[in-house]
Amino acid sequence: MAKVKVHVFLKPGVLDVQGKAVEGALHGLGWGGVANARVGKLVEFDLDGAADPAAEAKKMCETLLANTVIESYRIEVA
Amino acid sequence: MSAAVIVFPGSNCDRDCKVAIERSTGETVQMVWHQETELPSGLDLIVLPGGFSYGDYLRCGAMAVQSPVMQAVKKAADDGVAVVGICNGFQILCEAGMLPGALLKNAGLKYVCKPISLTVANGQTRFTAGYQGQREVIMTQGNGDGNYFADAETLARLEGEGQVVFRYVDNPNGSVADIAGIQNAQGNVLGMMPHPDRAFEEELGSADGATLFRSVFAAA
Repeated sequence: MAKVKVHVFLKPGVLDVQGKAVEGALHGLGWGGVANARVGKLVEFDLDGAADPAAEAKKMCETLLANTVIESYRIEVA
Repeated sequence: MSAAVIVFPGSNCDRDCKVAIERSTGETVQMVWHQETELPSGLDLIVLPGGFSYGDYLRCGAMAVQSPVMQAVKKAADDGVAVVGICNGFQILCEAGMLPGALLKNAGLKYVCKPISLTVANGQTRFTAGYQGQREVIMTQGNGDGNYFADAETLARLEGEGQVVFRYVDNPNGSVADIAGIQNAQGNVLGMMPHPDRAFEEELGSADGATLFRSVFAAA
């Protein structure tokens, strides 16, 4: 069984309003050194019966987990 | 003439759409549950209504695309049937790849809910022909993820092919090129964030939405 983690973030150049809001809040709390805050998603799951879990996860990203018009993804398999 | 409104779990403007189309056109509207694999025959219009299908989980509209009925909707669109996606319906059409681009969170993070002025960017479509030169229309907007995004190449194609159908007069959400609604290259699939279904009689503040539904039937 593979343990899969899929990280999904908006692509660079696509406005990440949540990242901007979080960054602004951290600045307001005194962490003035914070820059380039981004908010993304982590989807993790166990995967059984896949010969190539990473390839399978890539298909899942292209089909459902990410919208590649605006998002990029990174897959970790353990 | 007949129309169908697709009902997803979490749709909340499905009945509004039915009433709006029936009152605007006098035609009957069938409700189709998202688990259906076939649509009623002889449809002239399919509407994907507003709401929060699947609770907006993952991304707005992403889960609805996987509903069985969407295969039938895609096939009907390929066959030339008019499809209108309103608000969440617009998000679903983008997620399904039936329209280019995507809807992001509103710039400013606010849920924007108010009557809004739109310019008819292309009055020669089967959705807007009824405006007959009327340049500005009013409909009600209500969404948190209405910020239309498309890359520069896609945007150039949309502009060049007259696929931008409506633009905001005063952009409320950061949409690129003030885009409020677009159609596909074939001109039979329209996605828009403002609600024609909330503007179909003067008592609602505007009847401009009724003209859109009437245009579709006039063109059919």
